[in-house]
Amino acid sequence: MATLELPAEQRVDRLERMWQPRPGILGWLTTTDHKRVGLLYFWTTLGLFGAGGVEALLMRTQLIHANNDVLTPGQYDQVFTMHGITMIFFFIIPMTTGAFGNYLIPLMIGARDMAFPRMNALSYWIFLASGIFLYVGFATGNGPNAAWFGFPPLSSRPFDPNRSIEFYTLALIFNGISSSLASANFIVTMFKMRAPGMSFNRLPTFCYAFLAASFGLLFALPALSADCIFLYLDRMVGTHFFDVARGGSVLLWQHLFWFFGHPEVYILIVPAFGIATAIIPAFTQRKLVAYPLVAVAELLVVFIGFGVWAHHMFVVGLPTITIVFFAAATAMVVIPSSIQVFAWCMSMLTGMPRFKTPLLFIAGFIFMFVNGGLTGIMFVAVPFDQQVHDTYFVIAHFHYIIFGAAVFPIFGGMYYWFPKVTGKLYFEKPGQISFWIIFVGTNLLFFPMYVVGLLGMPRQVYTYPGNMGWTAYNLAETMGAYLTALGIAVLFANLVVSYFRGPPSGPDPWLGPTLEWATSSPPPEYNFPVIPTVSSAYANWDDDDRELDARKLAEGVMVLEQGHEHPVSTTVDGLFSEVVELPHSSAWPLILTVCLSVVFVMLVIGKFGVAGIFAVLCLLSLLGWHSREPQEA
Amino acid sequence: MNRIRVLPLLPVGALALAGCGSKQDTLTPHGPAAKSVASLWWWLLGGAVVGLGTITALLILAWARRGSMGEGRQPGERAGWIVVVTLGIGVMVAGLAALFVVADIFVIRDTEAPAAGKTALTVRAVGHQWFWEFDYPGTSAVTADEMHIPARTPVLLVAKTADVIHSFWVPELNRKIDTIPGQRNAIELYADKPGRYRGSCSQYCGLQHAHMSMYLFADPPARYRAWLAAQSRPARPPTTALARRGERVFLQGACASCHTIRGTPAHGYVGPDLTHLASRTSLAGLTIPNRKDSLARWIVDSQHIKPGNQMPDLNLTGPQLQSLLAYLETLR
Repeated sequence: MATLELPAEQRVDRLERMWQPRPGILGWLTTTDHKRVGLLYFWTTLGLFGAGGVEALLMRTQLIHANNDVLTPGQYDQVFTMHGITMIFFFIIPMTTGAFGNYLIPLMIGARDMAFPRMNALSYWIFLASGIFLYVGFATGNGPNAAWFGFPPLSSRPFDPNRSIEFYTLALIFNGISSSLASANFIVTMFKMRAPGMSFNRLPTFCYAFLAASFGLLFALPALSADCIFLYLDRMVGTHFFDVARGGSVLLWQHLFWFFGHPEVYILIVPAFGIATAIIPAFTQRKLVAYPLVAVAELLVVFIGFGVWAHHMFVVGLPTITIVFFAAATAMVVIPSSIQVFAWCMSMLTGMPRFKTPLLFIAGFIFMFVNGGLTGIMFVAVPFDQQVHDTYFVIAHFHYIIFGAAVFPIFGGMYYWFPKVTGKLYFEKPGQISFWIIFVGTNLLFFPMYVVGLLGMPRQVYTYPGNMGWTAYNLAETMGAYLTALGIAVLFANLVVSYFRGPPSGPDPWLGPTLEWATSSPPPEYNFPVIPTVSSAYANWDDDDRELDARKLAEGVMVLEQGHEHPVSTTVDGLFSEVVELPHSSAWPLILTVCLSVVFVMLVIGKFGVAGIFAVLCLLSLLGWHSREPQEA
Repeated sequence: MNRIRVLPLLPVGALALAGCGSKQDTLTPHGPAAKSVASLWWWLLGGAVVGLGTITALLILAWARRGSMGEGRQPGERAGWIVVVTLGIGVMVAGLAALFVVADIFVIRDTEAPAAGKTALTVRAVGHQWFWEFDYPGTSAVTADEMHIPARTPVLLVAKTADVIHSFWVPELNRKIDTIPGQRNAIELYADKPGRYRGSCSQYCGLQHAHMSMYLFADPPARYRAWLAAQSRPARPPTTALARRGERVFLQGACASCHTIRGTPAHGYVGPDLTHLASRTSLAGLTIPNRKDSLARWIVDSQHIKPGNQMPDLNLTGPQLQSLLAYLETLR
């Protein structure tokens, strides 16, 4: 090539020019940069986390004492339904896969972007639109109100006559499109975009976790979408999928919903496992104990997770033999989790642990996850499950899992990667204080729920009598909720102040094991000036390889500065196979999303003609998507 | 219009019923099934304490090693593997297998739907938005929110629904069972001793899911038989002039279109059967006690006591209300 004799600085200059984003707001609206998409996801999910959190505080305020009337029953029903939908579909999944996955996975595998950068932008815009769509329903008094699991016949037209369930079904389908696109993109990215040398046995465990979650979403979401389409058709067109009087079945809904809903639980927490397996090696300066077992366990937990759905249905009157089968599967799914828990603990125990804020959150996560996991194991015991099903015991269990095992690592991850994203160090002392407030707060919030559950308090009640022995526990829970909110406020205040006042972090403040720490903080648009050399799963600890990268840059090997060039590797062995050109920034993902949003709004109000017209516009914008783009010289 | 105005009554009436049988505690079982589940729980708790204790101990040991310096990036890998495989796989598999065998092969027999012929008597519980209807197949007895069974007698409870999915649950006697449209689910109820046991709907069923509770009275067998005989009879015609006027208000007004009083032309099915209303201790899914004042408030202003319930505002005049109350009091 003619550029061979260029000095290294000029090659990097050329890379800079090639990857230069459009300036200002237009740059953000048309971006295909995985880091920018990740940040957009981050800010959006944070806003929705705030909404879901306010909903939680409203519920806890209503339940602070018996016979309270802060909320009307109708408001309470909407608030708890929105809380569940928001936290699951609009906070944790988009925060882990959308924000953390988007920002970090290409960096960890030594790539410059996702495999399909425009599809990546599309998944974000659709996610944003589906979030707005759901909250427009809520704001107009049509918030979903049949619980996050929306069981018919309560969610069918005769029992829920306004538009609440249309917003529910369509928001979940809409959101599912976004998650499916993102999942497919992650899978192809991790299969094909790894830096040459990163064979599958050198893939960081963080990536294994996201791979498992992506496969899980891709296979679980169709069941949910089908379910939502059936319910939509029942309500809007008059089909009878769930109409028992006309030969339908209400349990069909539950089977399809939980066929999605249980893998979903693992989809929520496996990325958090990935965050834990990224943080633990950095703060113990030790490779993860039993890496191959952990990697397999991350995949296995999602796989077995597809075989346990009916344990949500132990009281609907299934035959005993069916129930026992699903109880056995539920017992099996514990094993991959217990492998990981012991691997994390032994890594800390045999390494050189430094309990900085991120590792504190991971230690807290292990405690919370084991707590919630052990009560989850109790549901293997069918008679006990049938006793506490739909009580606060279950609420306690899955909040220990979802808050403890998914949100704790998310918070730990925010601290851990804060220097990478901002180039600043956070302040350690307030970080540790925020951990302890959140740790005490969540335990005060969730532990009493076990007790009131055993004392017979059903879930999803807007109030309760004062003579049941539940009042003191509910008061403690509400205090815990506000304490948790305070801790989260301290956390974000710390990050905001650190962003403006924090000392510079340099590229690698933690001596991190993975490749995101091999580039500057924040990373340049093209991530790496030279495609990194990889010869282990802890690539950034291989100092020889990093020296080799510097020599490669000087010699112009694997700099690929002729455009958005990217090497493609073989799927298993990670051998270099070819160089492809990645697409540049584009407005088409946003245009397509706007058209699609109109389709969904029209479907809510049953204007099928207009919806059809805009569906055609969606197809046309897909054509525009593939039009040629200007190539820079 | 001499319409009665009453102060809003907060649904705290259940306070008056405090005392025996006001809890629904899974850990104070009063029947064999609930006892099995409760003892299973204590074993599960023991196991969980050991599990959480082990992991917490490992975390504290790791904390104690903070800041220590080691050599290389894979110290103690062999020890790590051994712990992961022995504790993480070996002990867990053994523990889970034991749990599965005990709980799902043996204890499950105590909570399964009873085999045909095992029970002496059947009660049908029908969930409605938002009250429980109980009827006694083979008799014409129908009641609401309060069911009676003979103590120390195995009873088959058949759970049905009139609308959406509810869940029948009296935790001190047995586990819960959902009422699924188009399906006939069943559990066994057995009370060790006479008493009052509380239950709740435990499947979210709409606006007033929170006020869909019930009492289960386990009576000595003789008293149960007398109760059932009384409940099976149609209502006695009212004897006083005031109560007769009340009956006319009931039959000619909106009441009869939703409620049944056996022995009269009232055959509505939207609300509970009121044939023996005065024999009940509570109203509206245990929302308020069955006293004259609270019944009056319920008739006049039920939407304030239990918002969203199916009972409309009847716009009764004062005299109409007084006569209606007098009539309802006769429904013993």
